[in-house]
Amino acid sequence: MQNLWIIPALPFLGFLINGIFGRTLSKALVSAIAVASVVLSFGWVLKVFFTAGDLGANPISEHYFTWIRSGVFEVGWDFAVDKLTMIMLMIVTGIGSLIHIYATGYMAHEGGYYRFFAYLNLFMFFMLMLVLAANYLLLFVGWEGVGLCSYLLIGFYFLKKSATTAGNKAFIVNRVGDFGFSLAMFLIAVNFGSLSFDKVLQAAPGKPAGTLTTIALLLLVGACGKSAQIPLYVWLPDAMEGPTPVSALIHAATMVTAGVYMCTRSAPIFTHAPIAMETVAVIGLATAVFAATIGLTQYDIKKVFAYSTVSQLGYMFLGVGVGAFSAGIWHLMTHAFFKALLFLGAGSVIHACHGEQDMRHMGGLKKYAPHTCWTLAVASLAISGFPLTSGFFSKDAILGAAYTHAPWMFWVGVVTAGMTAFYVWRAFWMTFWGEYKGHGHPHESPMSMLGPLMVLAVLSAVGGWLFNVPKILENMFPVQEVEGEMTLTMISVAFGLGGIALSYYMYVVNRELPAKITSSLGWLYTLVYNKYFVDEVYDATIVSPTVTGSRVFLWQAADQGVIDGLVNGVGREARGIGGWLRRLQSGNIRSYATWVVVGAVGLLILMSLAYGMQGGGAR
Amino acid sequence: MPEGLQQGAQQILANGVPISWYLILSAVLFTLGVAGFLFRRSIITVFMCIELMLNAVNLSFVAFSNMHRQVGGHIFTFFVMVVAAAEAAVGLAIILTVFKNRGTLNIDEVSSLKN
Repeated sequence: MQNLWIIPALPFLGFLINGIFGRTLSKALVSAIAVASVVLSFGWVLKVFFTAGDLGANPISEHYFTWIRSGVFEVGWDFAVDKLTMIMLMIVTGIGSLIHIYATGYMAHEGGYYRFFAYLNLFMFFMLMLVLAANYLLLFVGWEGVGLCSYLLIGFYFLKKSATTAGNKAFIVNRVGDFGFSLAMFLIAVNFGSLSFDKVLQAAPGKPAGTLTTIALLLLVGACGKSAQIPLYVWLPDAMEGPTPVSALIHAATMVTAGVYMCTRSAPIFTHAPIAMETVAVIGLATAVFAATIGLTQYDIKKVFAYSTVSQLGYMFLGVGVGAFSAGIWHLMTHAFFKALLFLGAGSVIHACHGEQDMRHMGGLKKYAPHTCWTLAVASLAISGFPLTSGFFSKDAILGAAYTHAPWMFWVGVVTAGMTAFYVWRAFWMTFWGEYKGHGHPHESPMSMLGPLMVLAVLSAVGGWLFNVPKILENMFPVQEVEGEMTLTMISVAFGLGGIALSYYMYVVNRELPAKITSSLGWLYTLVYNKYFVDEVYDATIVSPTVTGSRVFLWQAADQGVIDGLVNGVGREARGIGGWLRRLQSGNIRSYATWVVVGAVGLLILMSLAYGMQGGGAR
Repeated sequence: MPEGLQQGAQQILANGVPISWYLILSAVLFTLGVAGFLFRRSIITVFMCIELMLNAVNLSFVAFSNMHRQVGGHIFTFFVMVVAAAEAAVGLAIILTVFKNRGTLNIDEVSSLKN
């Protein structure tokens, strides 16, 4: 017994303490509780890791109690840890710990300190549930829970209208995905008679391809919602309204990768549904390119990284779609390192510039925030796939697998990699090079923020070869040999370096160039700068009709017309009849008496009539 | 004496008064009570009319009781008399109070139940 339940229980305890008593506790105590609960949870993960032996051969599985039993169908409160789960646990608790520490510094001057950490701990709890779950339903509990926390944290600055709207958007867009996921679960329950990973995944190869394809596509809908893929990616860029540590933890490193994890977990279903696999790959690739192009034009530093996240998630789906599940997970891990670092670095930059997020008002921060500068440089190198950094290995693995699957996918992916390098370094140059164009005096962040940055910088630099995920997951997902790997690597590195060089030329050497290019591109630039007007299109085709339909039909016609009309009508009629009857209550005793007499006479007549009808001579 | 009346007198002497006579008398008394109750203005008169109605009913009770040779009707009569006595006491007390407070016994002017 490894007592796996302790892993999520600790953050939950932290949530309870901070959530219930946080208001009365001092900031130091609140942050101590929040950080300690996650760090201890990380410690327990390590303890499990070191004492469990070979997880590949003997995965841990613990059953706590039966949750739902109906005939032969049974859903238990079960946790299971195999190598895949262990990697996820390490990422979630490890990065989670770092970001909690960072947040104590970043949020130091914000209101609602305890609320923030309570939500953050709650998020950790649900995320760990999601990862530890041994069946789809329990995974769904965590899945919905992280969605809730994401909503709460995006709308953390609830006095800001845009923040609450963004929270709603995230929540509502995710409903669409969750709808698909629920349908997938129903189909699984009907076809497999169980929801536990063991049984379902073992039985998957024997099922008809049509069933599996449907299930896989529905699961993909769920994954598209949570992991921000086309067509449901629109919520993630807006989610940047939340505090930056939230963007780093939830909307870059952990929660948004849940879809990738879920697809990888369901690998046996996907591998036996080739059409679904192809769809996953195409959606992933399309998202990667699409988001990368938008990222090229944005000026808000967090928006750049948000679109970058969408794009990198697309890479992971590309990996999953071409069958390189372990490469997808590898990229998930390295992405967690460098994207968390990018966001935390962005937070540090924003902190330094007194809350400014527009990169046009930054610049020259190299001098004022040197540690932020070099850590961000490492992260930017890693995401560009600079040789031997973490991103290099994982991206290469995915692109290699894509080439084996279909060479055109490789070429699109490589171009995207070039764009990725370009926009990340564009952000870097605009922030750290040149002259400071903002207001006030920028300052370096406190040690509580820089510490996690440095740890993540080291991980971003060496995490790729330190944790060779495909090797670790070898017994789950056999590694495919890629032909001509060396050439492919050279090409992708060349594109990455080309992107960096181009951004250096455009934003450091020849700073007039970007303006010229944008003006010469004209409408194309406007299109991309406005994110292809996707939000506007969704607004016109889905949101407005829904709102109008709800307002006109559901609200005014159905609710106000029918339901209110019914209730008010009953009331009005009762009043009318009452008003009419009130005339009887004249207060005149003799009129009362008249009515009594009239009534008595009426009764008499009735009775005698009735008696008459019974046949007079009854006696 | 006219022929019919003589026959009736003989019948009464032979069989006693027929029940219908009692009932007719009772109905007449009751109707008088109702009419008085409805049309008189003085509360005292109205009150007396109520008593009249009660006693009209008493009469029919006793008549039926006699006809069926059963004691139930008598018992009811006593009940009605007891209730009537109690009611008279309460009713007169109310009438006194009304008169003291309003200085009138016109029933149409006593209509504060309306609101």
